[in-house]
Amino acid sequence: MRIARKAFVSSSGEGGDVLRDIAFTLAHGEVGAFVGPSGCGKTTMLRIVAGLDTEFDGAVARPPGAIGMVFQEPRLLPWRTVDDNIRLIAPHVDEAKLAALFDTLGLATHRAHFPGELSLGLARRVALARAFAVEPRLLVLDEPFTSLDQPLAVRLRDELAMLVDRRPVTTLLVTHDLDEAARLADRLFLLSARPAHILAEVPIQQPRAARGPADIAALKAAIARQQPTSG
Amino acid sequence: MLRLLSLALFFATWMLGASLAGEQMLPGPVAVASAILGEARSGVLFLHLGATLARVLLAFALAMTIGTALGLVMGRVPAADRLGDPWLLILLNLPALVVVVLAYIWGGLTEAAAIAAVAVNKLPTAIVTVREGARALDPGLDEMARVFAMPRWRTFRHVVLPQLFPYLAAAARTGLSLVWKIVLVVELLGRPNGVGFEIGIAFQLFDVTRILAYALSFTAVVLAIETFLVQPLERRASRWRLRPA
Repeated sequence: MRIARKAFVSSSGEGGDVLRDIAFTLAHGEVGAFVGPSGCGKTTMLRIVAGLDTEFDGAVARPPGAIGMVFQEPRLLPWRTVDDNIRLIAPHVDEAKLAALFDTLGLATHRAHFPGELSLGLARRVALARAFAVEPRLLVLDEPFTSLDQPLAVRLRDELAMLVDRRPVTTLLVTHDLDEAARLADRLFLLSARPAHILAEVPIQQPRAARGPADIAALKAAIARQQPTSG
Repeated sequence: MLRLLSLALFFATWMLGASLAGEQMLPGPVAVASAILGEARSGVLFLHLGATLARVLLAFALAMTIGTALGLVMGRVPAADRLGDPWLLILLNLPALVVVVLAYIWGGLTEAAAIAAVAVNKLPTAIVTVREGARALDPGLDEMARVFAMPRWRTFRHVVLPQLFPYLAAAARTGLSLVWKIVLVVELLGRPNGVGFEIGIAFQLFDVTRILAYALSFTAVVLAIETFLVQPLERRASRWRLRPA
């Protein structure tokens, strides 16, 4: 099943191309991770995939159905409670599923809180819960764990892996953290500096749950050989 | 406590002024209070207050609704902003009196002309304030609503409106006091009832007591609206800010 195919993307701003000749396809339920230096145009690419940016040459085929997106910042509605933030986006979510989602993400005790009362880590989890609550066919994650301390980022990453395994959803993850990509992805894409294009595509066969720290280190080493600048 | 003290000081100054200027020029609080009571007992006071209040609310609602809509469009669509801006400048600088007189000439001495004139006076400030708010809308939340395909009305109600609220509250605050002052002018010039009409008659008789009686009664009404309607609403809408992190 071909899910996302972008033939030719060239989003030209004032300074020239940001993205050049990026084309890829993800199968249904596959997690694709894009790794590249910061400022290389990863976010631009995600915005095109999510349909937020329509001024580009090329075409994007998205799977039919809802898109769930986690932005770099949580982007919650500060004037609505955590619960309302999710229910407003996903009005048809059923209570049991929502409760399970809150449990998985450790948010069960924060449902009545306002986003301003949450730490950044918690707010990011709410954003994650929101993206999953719409039962998306396409999940788009833009550096969802940046500016979190390392242990917390690792925990959230594991929670995300769990969620994706529980309910397979085609996922596009952008990150500058190779660890994160190696832990989560089925398929890795290495991006160059601006204008970004795909340097290498690395499929990962081993299932997510089976990957230990050693496997991830090995993966990283293999990738580092291909792209010495990143890391 | 300090507010009460300040209020007491106001009355003391008033009494002092009254004793210095004489009851003819400035009647004291007691005289004015008994005038208010007298008018209230005969029921005339409420008739006039009611007429003025109805005009204030109608003109206010009209100006706020149209102003919010236009302000939003001008804040979000640059072309609309450039198109509307000169009109806005003209309206902003058109004296209230000119609008009122023209409205009466063109529309006759009718209720509709009166309310339209007041609304037109309030409209530009409402537009300017809401436009500021619309310009300050968070594009991040906008994108969020788009990606998650939030329906239009729900986006407006839960994403846009809460962001506009401080601006709407500011527009309402200044609006209410502005509108009632212009309503008085409108009533003075061409309405058979209302506080403005009464003050017009009192002016012809040089009846300062009556002028003060009506002015203060209506000020009290506006103060009551402010304390019991606007402020609680504001507190309710901003309760998400009050709780500490």
